[in-house]
Amino acid sequence: MATVAEQWVLVEMVQALYEAPAYHLILEGILILWIIRLLFSKTYKLQERSDLTVKEKEELIEEWQPEPLVPPISKDHPALNYNIVSGPPSHNIVVNGKKCVNFASFNFLGLLDNPRVKAAALASLKKYGVGTCGPRGFYGTFDVHLDLEDRLAKFMKTEEAIIYSYGFATIASAIPAYSKRGDIVFVDRAACFAIQKGLQASRSDIKLFKHNDMADLERLLKEQEMEDQKNPRKARVTRRFIVVEGLYMNTGTICPLPELVKLKYKYKARIFLEESLSFGVLGEHGRGVTEHFGISIDDIDLISANMENSLASIGGFCCGRSFVIDHQRLSGQGYCFSASLPPLLAAAAIEALNIMEENPGIFLVLKEKCERIHKALQGISGLKVVGESLSPAFHLQLTDSTGSREKDVKLLQEIVNHCMDRSIALTQARYLEKEEKCLPPPRRRTGESRAHNQGGGPGCAALGRVLGPGGQPPRSTRTGLCIAAL
Amino acid sequence: MRPGPGGCCCRRPVRANGCVANGEVRNGYVRSSAAVAAAAAGQIHHITQNGGLYKRPFNEAFEETPMLVAVLTYVGYGVLTLFGYLRDFLRHWRIEKCHHATERKEQQDFVSLYQDFENFYTRNLYMRIRDNWNRPICSVPGARVDIMERQSHDYNWSFKYTGNIIKGVINMGSYNYLGFARNTGSCQEAAAKVLEEYGVGVCSTRQEIGNLDKHEELEKLVASFLGVEAAMAYGMGFATNSMNIPALVGKGCLILSDELNHASLVLGARLSGATIRIFKHNNMQSLEKLLKDAIVYGQPRTRRPWKKILILVEGIYSMEGSIVRLPEVIALKKKYKAYLYLDEAHSIGALGPRGRGVVDYFGLDPEDVDVMMGTFTKSFGASGGYIGGKKELIDYLRTHSHSAVYATSLSPPVVEQIVTSMKCIMGQDGTTLGTECIQQLAENTKYFRRRLKEMGFIIYGNEDSPVVPLMLYMPAKIGAFGREMLKRNIGVVVVGFPATPIIESRARFCLSAAHTKEILDTVTHIMANWQFLVAVLCFKGDR
Repeated sequence: MATVAEQWVLVEMVQALYEAPAYHLILEGILILWIIRLLFSKTYKLQERSDLTVKEKEELIEEWQPEPLVPPISKDHPALNYNIVSGPPSHNIVVNGKKCVNFASFNFLGLLDNPRVKAAALASLKKYGVGTCGPRGFYGTFDVHLDLEDRLAKFMKTEEAIIYSYGFATIASAIPAYSKRGDIVFVDRAACFAIQKGLQASRSDIKLFKHNDMADLERLLKEQEMEDQKNPRKARVTRRFIVVEGLYMNTGTICPLPELVKLKYKYKARIFLEESLSFGVLGEHGRGVTEHFGISIDDIDLISANMENSLASIGGFCCGRSFVIDHQRLSGQGYCFSASLPPLLAAAAIEALNIMEENPGIFLVLKEKCERIHKALQGISGLKVVGESLSPAFHLQLTDSTGSREKDVKLLQEIVNHCMDRSIALTQARYLEKEEKCLPPPRRRTGESRAHNQGGGPGCAALGRVLGPGGQPPRSTRTGLCIAAL
Repeated sequence: MRPGPGGCCCRRPVRANGCVANGEVRNGYVRSSAAVAAAAAGQIHHITQNGGLYKRPFNEAFEETPMLVAVLTYVGYGVLTLFGYLRDFLRHWRIEKCHHATERKEQQDFVSLYQDFENFYTRNLYMRIRDNWNRPICSVPGARVDIMERQSHDYNWSFKYTGNIIKGVINMGSYNYLGFARNTGSCQEAAAKVLEEYGVGVCSTRQEIGNLDKHEELEKLVASFLGVEAAMAYGMGFATNSMNIPALVGKGCLILSDELNHASLVLGARLSGATIRIFKHNNMQSLEKLLKDAIVYGQPRTRRPWKKILILVEGIYSMEGSIVRLPEVIALKKKYKAYLYLDEAHSIGALGPRGRGVVDYFGLDPEDVDVMMGTFTKSFGASGGYIGGKKELIDYLRTHSHSAVYATSLSPPVVEQIVTSMKCIMGQDGTTLGTECIQQLAENTKYFRRRLKEMGFIIYGNEDSPVVPLMLYMPAKIGAFGREMLKRNIGVVVVGFPATPIIESRARFCLSAAHTKEILDTVTHIMANWQFLVAVLCFKGDR
């Protein structure tokens, strides 16, 4: 019944439409349009956009006071006054006029004052002068650069190497050459500052995993896999990278490379490995963490290291397969847009490589020394050794923090000064506290060097003595902060 | 149709940013709003004279690309692109042999490391003329240089060294402005001495234990050279920019950057997290408008006023050969209370009667520039970079610069090279050698630029800039010019897209005090004789 009635109403309506006078229809049409307008127009009128007058603008400009370019620095900022080293920074070092045994620089193989390295650099200086006066592209490629790249590739047993003129710029340029906006990078929390800057420059999505925690990494990778399944089209163009360090600068620990390689193939993410500390240190021939774990270098997509530690020169390099490395020759910003490495530094690095190849025994010596000093430093009251026993750079950390970073830093500085008074040069590991993603606790960093004498090593023993209970007790005991020996 | 010397260029429209008068600056810095001098016939110079601002004529010209040339250039790129697609197609179906390295088998199912189009340009355009770059040399990069001969049997995919050395190639490519790239003389001797004493490396950072007495000496010298309170030196010029700008500005700050700024400045600005706005190259109206708007309207969305505004400019722009309009920039910066970061990578040593860079060139006070940045790579024949300025600034950088905390410090022999060459420029070595070099470079610049102009080449930039870009426009000419010049024993730098706008490919000459008049004459003579071979004149007579 109802439907019939409705139909009748509809018919009547249509009929009424036919019969209605024209003015009526026009009026209703206008009304409908009016309603539409009311529906779509804004309900309120925007405040009249009164543009500022010239005078007002000038007043605003007059009023504006910028912050100072740099905030003032207090005179006693711990990093303001640098230690001044006179003379060469080798095994024995003169810091602020005081002769010390050097436990602070990264001259692991003692090649800094090696006469052969110096002679090679000198010969190069006499042939090429100092500077290159141009980037690699524009007459800044010297034959020594090509030699060095060749030698590094051969040394690392890989296809190609590329050198940068600054260690820091190496990984910081390499990461953004591959990883772009939208790509995903899995990175260890403890990654060094250069990696952090490279990641920032790449503008990729960054996923931090807990330091050396493979379970955490796998969790993140799994999460990503789930995400990818939801959106397979996006996943097809999203590159995944895992960025790790061989030996971590910030912790002195070694990365679990075998597990990482397994994860790499399981989740199809490429591995970038920063080896600044491990190159020329780990492995039978000093090839770094890949050799240490016996992993084929082809399984790692990119290895970067600087030549400023073991090789005791300046600059850095990346190596790997040509398919990967060659891309940096046009896309590595620090490579393309910077003057090339002074040839004398390249020549020094070549000679250092020669020495490393000729005496593979030095790596064993270094390893033994590292282990010995690690042992010697155990059991100092209030201080704990952080890092692997085979790491030539490791940290001493307060067992009990005073609670404030500032106080800790001060305390550690006192310990450093105390050692310095006893002719042992150590250094606090410096960080830019505001810039670091995950700030490591304050520590002292100790660089062990092969140059320190063998057989117990007076340097090693002295370090132990000064820091240990046998020597003058460090001030920390007096402040009563560190009581028990570990 | 070859034009007579100096003729025919005056009718050509000149690109606005090069020479149009500057807008009025109110605070009385500019009295006469710059009058574009009606250039006499035969001159393309438009002279900007800004009352008290400029103490010397500021002649800078960028000719607009002629329409015909522009069209032909685009057609050229079009043809190259078509062929590129064709050959990619052939490679895809394995009809043409694939030369480039490929992904290893085990990782074929990974997400591709490169996007396909990303390498299209490299594969199909760059590869054809790759032999013009990365030419390996095996001598001092002085006025003449020895180049290792190389051959390619697979169209530049790989190079083989023949073992021959092309000796005595005239070097118009290196940034050896003052001729300090030498393997003899006082600099080399001093560097050798330091090398034997210190070794080459440092193995630590400045803040830890890598601060040598040599570094302290260098920084004091740099400060006195620049006429600023203090200075700090860094191991790499590129990193000086990219690692220090983030220490100066951050979130809530505004960076105003010239559109043609170097990659290192761009990277530094990006890393800082500040908002970046770009003004037209050397265009003061554009800069002033941005400054005004920034202060009046504040930050977008939050509408808070900006914390601070930093202007990033370079002294000499290395691809354009232009000199920054520093007097106007300083006037604007003062008026709007912005800070000025001046990158003197190419201008330090190369400009000014005393070689103190662009500040010296305009006779200004270094105090007016907040951050004086420069490199040691070019004029000093070494490597590294510096920042100079007020003591507070340097103290702040000493504690907060990324470079001081995390990067290895400068190599001692390199430091010594800088110290010796800088002392030489300052006349502290008891000779007038430095002054002579500066004068020689200025003369060479004037002479070479004048000769090229007379011969009818289109060159860009300021008449006092030792960087001389010569316009080639078309992609095919990039390769042709570079190769033909090398055949005639002249090494030049050629650049195309993406380093330049797509239709403005160019060759670049960098003058040096080490160039003698004979060398420059040889170059200009050869160019005059062979210009038709590569047709660099770009149909000049046709208009």
